[in-house]
Amino acid sequence: MRGYFVGAGLAIAVATMATGAMTTQASAQSEIKIGEINSYSLLPAFTEPYRKGWQLAVEEINAAGGINGKKLVVISKDDGGKPADAQTAANELVSSENVAMLTGTFLSNIGLAVSDFANQKKVFFLAAEPLTDAITWSKGNRYTFRLRPSNYIQAAMLVEEAAKLPAKRWATIAPNYEYGQSAVTVFKKLMSEKRPDIQWVDEQWPPQGKIDAGPVVQATAAANPEAILNVTFGADLVKLVREGNTRGLFKGRTVVSFLTGEPEYLDPLKDETPEGWIVTGYPWYSIKTPEHDAFLKAYQAKYNDYPRLGSIVGYQTIKAAAAILAKAGSSDPEKLIAAAEGISMPSPFGEITFRKIDHQSTLGAFTGKTALKDGKGIMVDTAYRKGSDYLPSDAEIEKLRPKD
Amino acid sequence: MSMVPTLLSVEGLTKSYGGVHAVRGVSFELRAGEILALIGPNGAGKSTCFDMLNGQNIPDSGRIRVLGAETTGKKPRVIWRMGVGRTFQIAATFPTMTVRENVQVALVSHGAQLFNLWASTARQARDEAGRLLDLVGMGAYAERPCGELAYGDVKRLELAIALANQPKLLLMDEPTAGMAPRERVELMRLTARIAREQSIGVLFTEHDMDVVFEHADRILVLNRGTLIAEGSPEEVRGNAQVRAIYLGEGLLYDARHREGASA
Amino acid sequence: MAFYVVQFLTGLASAASLFLVASGLSIIFGVTRIVNFAHGAFYMLGAYVAFTLTDRFSGAFGFWGGIVIAALVVAAIGVLVEMVLLRRIYHSPELFQLLATFGLTLMVEDLVVLIWGPDDLVGRRAPGFKGAIDFFGQNIPSYDLFLIALGPVVLGVLWLLFQRTRWGVLVRAATQDRDMVAALGVNQKWLFTSVFALGVFLAALGGALQIPRDAVNHAMDLRVIVEVFVVVVIGGLGSIIGAFVAAVLVSELNAFGILIFPKISIILVFLVMAVVLIVRPWGLFGKPEAPARRTPGLTVNPWRPLTTNERLAAIAVLVVAAALPFVAGNYVLTVGSEIAIFVIFAVSLHFLMSVGGLASFGHAAYFGLGAYGVALLAKMAGLPMIACLLLGPLLGLLGAAVFGFFAVQLSGVYFAMLTLAFAQIVWSIAFQWVSVTGGDNGILGVWPEKWAASPSHFYWLSLGIAALAVVVLRIIVFSPFGFALRATRDSPLRSEAIGINGKRIQWTAFVIAGTVAGLAGALFAYLKGSVFPDNMGISLSVDALVMVLLGGVETVSGAVVGAIVYKALNIWLVSQTDLSKLVLGGFVVLIVVAFPKGIVGTLEAFMHRRRKSSSSASSPLLTSRIESAE
Repeated sequence: MRGYFVGAGLAIAVATMATGAMTTQASAQSEIKIGEINSYSLLPAFTEPYRKGWQLAVEEINAAGGINGKKLVVISKDDGGKPADAQTAANELVSSENVAMLTGTFLSNIGLAVSDFANQKKVFFLAAEPLTDAITWSKGNRYTFRLRPSNYIQAAMLVEEAAKLPAKRWATIAPNYEYGQSAVTVFKKLMSEKRPDIQWVDEQWPPQGKIDAGPVVQATAAANPEAILNVTFGADLVKLVREGNTRGLFKGRTVVSFLTGEPEYLDPLKDETPEGWIVTGYPWYSIKTPEHDAFLKAYQAKYNDYPRLGSIVGYQTIKAAAAILAKAGSSDPEKLIAAAEGISMPSPFGEITFRKIDHQSTLGAFTGKTALKDGKGIMVDTAYRKGSDYLPSDAEIEKLRPKD
Repeated sequence: MSMVPTLLSVEGLTKSYGGVHAVRGVSFELRAGEILALIGPNGAGKSTCFDMLNGQNIPDSGRIRVLGAETTGKKPRVIWRMGVGRTFQIAATFPTMTVRENVQVALVSHGAQLFNLWASTARQARDEAGRLLDLVGMGAYAERPCGELAYGDVKRLELAIALANQPKLLLMDEPTAGMAPRERVELMRLTARIAREQSIGVLFTEHDMDVVFEHADRILVLNRGTLIAEGSPEEVRGNAQVRAIYLGEGLLYDARHREGASA
Repeated sequence: MAFYVVQFLTGLASAASLFLVASGLSIIFGVTRIVNFAHGAFYMLGAYVAFTLTDRFSGAFGFWGGIVIAALVVAAIGVLVEMVLLRRIYHSPELFQLLATFGLTLMVEDLVVLIWGPDDLVGRRAPGFKGAIDFFGQNIPSYDLFLIALGPVVLGVLWLLFQRTRWGVLVRAATQDRDMVAALGVNQKWLFTSVFALGVFLAALGGALQIPRDAVNHAMDLRVIVEVFVVVVIGGLGSIIGAFVAAVLVSELNAFGILIFPKISIILVFLVMAVVLIVRPWGLFGKPEAPARRTPGLTVNPWRPLTTNERLAAIAVLVVAAALPFVAGNYVLTVGSEIAIFVIFAVSLHFLMSVGGLASFGHAAYFGLGAYGVALLAKMAGLPMIACLLLGPLLGLLGAAVFGFFAVQLSGVYFAMLTLAFAQIVWSIAFQWVSVTGGDNGILGVWPEKWAASPSHFYWLSLGIAALAVVVLRIIVFSPFGFALRATRDSPLRSEAIGINGKRIQWTAFVIAGTVAGLAGALFAYLKGSVFPDNMGISLSVDALVMVLLGGVETVSGAVVGAIVYKALNIWLVSQTDLSKLVLGGFVVLIVVAFPKGIVGTLEAFMHRRRKSSSSASSPLLTSRIESAE
């Protein structure tokens, strides 16, 4: 009996997979397919604008004649926030859909899982968002490239500003998982190099997504720091800010905060946005470059909505993928790697390059200060910082990155 | 009688709950092949006494010995391995198994095969289970699911299970509770016959005085935790104190027409 | 000093909300014996609806009215759910209600994103409670003070309700003895509905009251539900005072835990729950439960080994499954391998649940331990794959031996909760111990060796081990040990009285199940080439439960089918739609209502009925009657 069901189940599985595969084979000759994976159901706040971004890019690319005359098709899969599911999706995209490359991912662990998959199966992977330094350094591999500025780059940008502050007593608040831990570690290291005189007086490690903000704020205040490093984001950040405002934690203290200037995280704070935080982010309303204007106009025309940072990441991921595919003129992974190493291309933030040494793009980020305007949070005093200016020396990277 | 060895010996059994004595200084003996009834009004301490004998309750003081070996405070499963079988007021069997499997489990346990992960139980002690079922008149039902049996049959099955370890002593808690009058007589006759044939001592508690006076060789009467009378049915029937208690309870222990309380 | 007082008060404020939700869950469980997994979903809905209402209506009245109306609206939804869904399944096997409410939770998570959008929503501050009060230089938000006062008020109101009203007396009576209430001639249906409504109202109120301090989002439900389970279990199921005390305890643990152990505050509450369950298995204020009610649907058809024909059919089907690599591509084969691995995982839990009667809520712990065992052996010791596959599951065995020892001392919901606590502890270790486990980033590069690397070879390996696991577990089911295990499940009283040491038997079963789960995890590590903490997460444990219940908990090997159907459907849906949770949840609810015995259980019942009717049709009595009718 059991065997019967094993067979029946597998037969159902086979049938469904087969029909899926067949429908996509028809127009294979005139298309180039990219496989895209992200945590759509788990992190819709980030991935919805991200999806809009890449859909815009696909539209633009195909309107301009596709890639070397072939139509670009992006096949997108949800990983539900689970690394194992991301690998199942990656496998489906590669084995069944025959995509030329994989892109996407948001969470660091999922980025790493797909990167490892790509290395094992010899598939080109362009990681869009995951911030972990490991993906290009300690666990880097020749098949994996990454678009967004890493944890290290963001930390280095923030340290540059933070080191100018007079504050000597610092406290940290970071989500208790690899991202938060490595952000704090890098920030502390770089900061202590520049300012040997500062003291780290307290650290708080609320569980990701489950911050008990009141006690955390109270405990941080009790250590009486002069400045605070925050790495929390999303719902945790909202709670932290609300409790911090009510309890006066931020009064007379400077806060340096990762990613908080991104509309995804800043906008929900509305009129409760704390002022004067030093943040990295995306002030779409104050970027006045022709490249960004073009992007902004196209995005707003298509969606009647303003872009988030996710929109930029999604847009530029597909633009970069297309540029690499066009330059390689082939979907052979080795040719793609050769094409991608050192490739330069325009982006809404200006020209970017994928470095040969660690496969990191030089896409930068904006730093600035938070402010309130018409009951909404914005970034002021913004400056664009190129990623390439904040990376360690080549010799150091050689040491970090395993040999291929 | 004195030549027959003492099977169960109870000395000074005492148990109290929060200062209230449930059982106080109960002592008695039971000999092989003897059928002994433990009676008393509600709250007299029968259940507490019984639970201490079968290991579900630990006495504050006193000793219980089975064939000379100490069982005081031991776990039910240990007491079972010392040769004591038991049945419950509400028959406890395994409803998801067949009748035969119910007995087989007990036989397998008796044969110390419980941690055998590999053998097929179906072949274990099949015939012996059949014999036990025949003994209680359940042979024809061997392959029936236990969950489908009538309650009287479940009781008989339980007796077969209780006999699986070839017990020297059988403890039966209200064996006829919940049964129709005719079934009660049959079950007790069956029990008595098996006890005599195999020289098993039987201790039972019972509400139904018909059953008690018809089947017990000897009767123990408990009241408020102490033993107030002991002797043959005739002796107990004639005991004024016993009479007073039961009259006081509004119950006539020799009222033959009374429908047995189902506890 | 002032700081500690304020920290304590802050803990109390968090406790208030937790108490509201937990008391609702506790009341529902007490009367209906339903472990309402959807309680978190109602909490979340309360917050969402309150956000919309307070946003729409201005002023103090708009805010407070919005909060209360939101709770009432969600309570009405709860009533609807109870009447349409739960009423149909009160008599299904235990835990089926959990499955249904789990399906509901999945659906709600997708629905709120569809209705309210993906962004985190920040609601209004409470009018009159926007600021903070100075307490010796420390600030206490006035809203916290409001919540601190609200907790005892709600507790008092509930107390009055249960002590002073006829309805309350009935509820208390039902909590103690359900059959008695039925005997009293009370309309049980409406009692259940009203209790469910009250419970949901409290959950939604708890959620609605969060909007001035939280961000409303679609992950609120899972965040709160686990904590609420912990509170209810520590306090004692069915006890409202217990829920209150435990809510305070858990919140204060969080508040002070971060001062002393900032990095392990996540496991602190689970450690406390584990200790409480070990020391006081029924929670601080709970009462020892009478032996679990006999599951009404319990099968009366005794299990039997396969007949020769059935065996041949099974082998034939296995051969067909083994021929898959000749017709299918790599992706299908990899999916096939994953399904085979989940078959192993599901049958291991099924063994524990259906043969042992022990429903573990943390079975993924042993799956994950097996996976981590392999990863650590392969990466650190550099052992060959065969050695890793053989030795890796031993970590699962070890974990099961340690945790199982404590877990089998309990039964029913308490067993489930203790296994959940252990799984959370193991998960936290994997998550936190970055230097060994890589933390959240996992351990990468655990790929199979050449001989097993190709999808077809790995598929055969997984299929072979799956078949072996199913066969071995079946042999154990019908072995003397299997019978002893079933005996312990059927009647602890009787099995003890025939010399069976039930705890040791169950412990052994737990270890067997844990080892087999570890084997599945070991294979999984090689399939994915990596291990992550969520290989031992709650959602994987719940997945396994769903597979078992879907297949049919009263069957011998139903989990095989449950695993195949659920996993295949899951993979397919995730690949096809972003609303996979909505569809999957709907499917689960449908299965629960339509096939309460599970897929295999329903099939078996159908076959059994047919066999019966065909045999009675041929009986001479019936034939003669038909003849005479003609």
